[in-house]
Amino acid sequence: MLFTSYGFIGFVFLLLVLYYAVPQKMRWPLLLLFSYAFYYLADPIYLVYITITSISVWACGVWIERFRQEQTEYLSLHKEELSREDKKNYKASVKKKQWRILLIALFLNLGILAVLKYTNFMISNINGILDSFGKEPLGFWTIALPMGISFYTFQAVGYIIDVYRGTTGAERNPFRFMLFVSFFPQLVQGPISRFGDLSKTLYAGAPFDKKNLAFGLQRILWGFFKKLVIADRILVGVNAIIQDTDTYYGIYVFVGMLFYALELYADFTGGIDITIGVAECLGISVTENFRRPYFSKNIKEYWNRWHITMGSWFTDYIFYPITVCGPMLKLSKASRKYLGEKIGKRVPIYLSGFVVWLATGIWHGASWNFVAWGLANYVVIMASQECEPLYARFHRAFPRLKGTRMHDLVQVIRTVLLMSLLRTFDCYRDVPLTFRMVGTMFTDPQIDRLFDGSLLQLGLGVSDYAVVLIGLLLLVSVSLFQRRESVRVQIARLSYWPRFCIWYGLFLIVLIFGAYGVGYDASQFIYNQF
Amino acid sequence: MKNKIRIVVSALIITVSLFMLQRLFMPKYVSDVVEGRLIEEYYKDEPEHDVVFIGDCEVYENFSPAVLWQDYGINSFIRGSAQQLIWQSYYLLEDTLRYEKPEVVIFNVLSMQYNEPQKEAYNRMSIEGMAWSMAKVRNIEASMTSKEQFMDYVFPILRYHARWNDLKAEDLTYLFRDKTVSHNGYYMRVDVKPAENVPEGKLLADYRFGDTAYAYLDKITALCKENGIHLIFVKAPSLYPYWYPEWEEQIEEYASVHDIDYINFLELSEQTQLDYSKDTYDGGLHLNLSGAEKITRYLGEYLKTHTSVPDRRDEPALSAKWADKIAAYNADRDGQLERITDS
Repeated sequence: MLFTSYGFIGFVFLLLVLYYAVPQKMRWPLLLLFSYAFYYLADPIYLVYITITSISVWACGVWIERFRQEQTEYLSLHKEELSREDKKNYKASVKKKQWRILLIALFLNLGILAVLKYTNFMISNINGILDSFGKEPLGFWTIALPMGISFYTFQAVGYIIDVYRGTTGAERNPFRFMLFVSFFPQLVQGPISRFGDLSKTLYAGAPFDKKNLAFGLQRILWGFFKKLVIADRILVGVNAIIQDTDTYYGIYVFVGMLFYALELYADFTGGIDITIGVAECLGISVTENFRRPYFSKNIKEYWNRWHITMGSWFTDYIFYPITVCGPMLKLSKASRKYLGEKIGKRVPIYLSGFVVWLATGIWHGASWNFVAWGLANYVVIMASQECEPLYARFHRAFPRLKGTRMHDLVQVIRTVLLMSLLRTFDCYRDVPLTFRMVGTMFTDPQIDRLFDGSLLQLGLGVSDYAVVLIGLLLLVSVSLFQRRESVRVQIARLSYWPRFCIWYGLFLIVLIFGAYGVGYDASQFIYNQF
Repeated sequence: MKNKIRIVVSALIITVSLFMLQRLFMPKYVSDVVEGRLIEEYYKDEPEHDVVFIGDCEVYENFSPAVLWQDYGINSFIRGSAQQLIWQSYYLLEDTLRYEKPEVVIFNVLSMQYNEPQKEAYNRMSIEGMAWSMAKVRNIEASMTSKEQFMDYVFPILRYHARWNDLKAEDLTYLFRDKTVSHNGYYMRVDVKPAENVPEGKLLADYRFGDTAYAYLDKITALCKENGIHLIFVKAPSLYPYWYPEWEEQIEEYASVHDIDYINFLELSEQTQLDYSKDTYDGGLHLNLSGAEKITRYLGEYLKTHTSVPDRRDEPALSAKWADKIAAYNADRDGQLERITDS
C-alpha cells in the first residue's frame, strides 16, 4: 500500500478513529493488528518472514536476558564464597553463552536477509564466471523480497545486540516485540528505530492530543507535497535521461544528476515525513532521519544528517565493534609499530570504514552499482580526511575566508555536487556505463543543448519546470526557517487565519500540482526497495 | 463562540473553494469532444419518452430523434456515449427506469465485442454525466480499468487536477453555464467523407462474445421483460469496426431464443437507400445527418408497424417543446452547412 494511495489514507484514518476510541491499554494491540494487516495487504507471504524474525529475535533476547538474571542472582547468592577470579570466570562463561545466542539470532536473521536479497545477485555473478567457461548458466530464484526486510531486520538485529550489550532490557511480551519490528509507518522505509527510543511511546497509548494530531497531519501534508509535487514530477525527467543514454549524455548527465538529487531528497524525506507524521498523530515519537542534509559543508557532515538512523546503526553495530575487536587491536598495534604512529593509527579506521561502506553499499541493493557507490563514498570521505591539513594550510593563508557566507555556500554547493555525482551509480544500469556516462560530461558536454529546447523533450513542459522550481524554493525556504526551530511550531504561533491560509494553501498545492492519478504512474517510494 | 464561527467559516471556505475548483478543472466538452456531455443532457429533458436508445456511437451518431418526432410523432431519447460498454448501457437503462418507463428500448449490439473495461477516457464520458445512484456506483465498479480509482469518480478534481496546465477560456465561460450539444442525445454531423477502402476485419482467435458481455445482455433482456418494455436489438450500418458473420450469428440466435426483434441495418442498404459515398462523415464509421435521417425513417416505420409506440403529435405541450427542438436542430444543421461552405 503506497503511502500516497487513497487506500493508505483510508487505512490511517480508520486506525486513528479506532485508536482513540479503544481504551489506552488496547491501543498497542490495535497497532499490532493494523501493522500486520498492512503487511498482509502487501502480500500474505511476507508475514511469514517478519514473524520468524520477530519471534526468533524476541526469544533470543529473552534467553540472553535470563542468563543475565541468573548471573546476577548467582553472584549475589555466592557473593562471599567466590573469589574475584571465580566471578570473572563465571561472567566469562555466561558471556560466552550469551554470545552464542546472539550469533544464532544474527545468523538466522541476517541469513534470511542475505538469502532473499542477495541470492540472485550471487547467481548472476556465478553465471558471469560460468559464461566465461562456456558453461550453462544457473537459473534465478523467483522468490518475492519481503517489503522493508532490510529495515526491519536491521531494527531487530540492533535490538538483539543492545540486549546482548545490556544497553536495553529484553522485551518479555512477544506481541509487544512484534509491534516494535512491524510498526507499519516505518516498516517500508525506516527510520531504523532503536528499541530504547521507540518503546518509550509505542506502547503507551498516548491520550488524544489535538496538538499531536494537528502537527502529525501537517507533517504528513508536507511529506505529500515533497513526494507528489516535486519528486514524482521530476521523476519523469530523471527516467528520460537515464533510460536513453544514446540521446542524453554530456551535459544531460549533469542535469540528470541534479534532478535525481532533488528527486531522491524529496522522495525519501517526504516518505519519512509521512512516517513521522502518522506516528505523531498516534502520539508516538519516531527518530528523525534527516537534518537538512543539503546544507552540509562536507561529506562527513552530510552523512551525519542524511538517513541518520542508518548511519548511526552502521557506526554502532559495525564500525565500533570492528574497531575495538581483538584482531583489529592487534593490527593497530602492529601497524603503529611498523608504519609509525601517524599512519599506523589510521589503519584500523581505514579498515573499519571500508567494511562499513562496503556493507552500506550492499545494504542499499544487490548490485555492483551499490557496492561501487558505497566504496566511492568511502574513498571521498577518506580523501577528505587526508586533505584536512591542506585545508588548514589554505585557511591559514586566507584567514578571512573561513566562516564567510560565500565560503559556506561554496562548501555546501561542493558537497551537493559531490554527493549527486556519487549517486549516478544509483541511476545507470551498471558500473562501466556509469563511468562512461559521467565521462561524457567532460569529454562531450555539448552545453548548448541546454538552450536549444532539448530540456523540454524530457517529458517535462515549461509548467512542470515552473512547479518544480517553485517547489524547490519552498523546500529551501522551509529548511532555512527550520534552522531556528520547527516551522510547524513557528506557524502555530500565528493567529488562526494566517495558519489556515498556510495549511489550506499547502493542501491545495498538493491537490492541484501533485503528480498523481490517472496519467501519472504512481511511483513507489525509492527507499521502499531497500 | 468565536471558535465555532471560525470553524464554520473555514468549512465553508473549504467546501466552496473545492467545489469551484472541481467545476473549473472538469472538462466542459463544449467545443471539443462534445460526446462527453451527451449522457447528462438526458436529465434536462422531461422523462416522458416512448423510445430510449442505449448504446455506443452507433446510436448517438446514427439515429435522429427529431426525425422520429417529425415523421412519426415518437418522443425518443438516446442514452449513448463513445465506446459505451454493454454494462454501461445496462446501468444507464437501470438509471433511466428510475425516471420513466419507455415503451421501447433499442440497444445497439456492437458493444458485445467488449468483455472487459477498455479506456479510461471513454469511461469518463459515459459515467460522469450520470446522476448519482446505485446504478452509477455499480457502473463505475464494473467499468474501471486497473489504473482507475473509485474516489476519482466521487471527487473528479482528483482526476482532473492536472488540467491546471490546460485551462481554456471556455472553462471559465461554462463554469456554471450550460450548453446543449445534442438533439435528444443525437450528435449531428453534416459533413461528408465517402466510405472508400473500408478495411476488412482482422482474423480473431475467438469469435464468441465474452461471458461478461452475455451476462449483461441477459440483464438488459431481463430488466426490459420485468418492466414490460419492448426490447429491440439493432446493428447500425457502420462499415467498421467490422461486424463479423460469426457475431451476427450469435446475435441472431440470442434474439431468436429470447424472442427479441433484431434489425441489422448493414443488410438494409437498399431499403434505407443508404449511400456510403454521401451518407457518412468519416469514411463509413459513422453516418452524417443525411444517413442518420434515412435509417431513422426506416426505424420509424418499423416502430409504427411492430410496436405500440404512440404518435403524440396531438399533445400540445410536447409538440411545443419539440417545435423548439426542431428549430435548434435545423439551426445546427444550417450553421454546420454554412461553416462547410465558408471553408
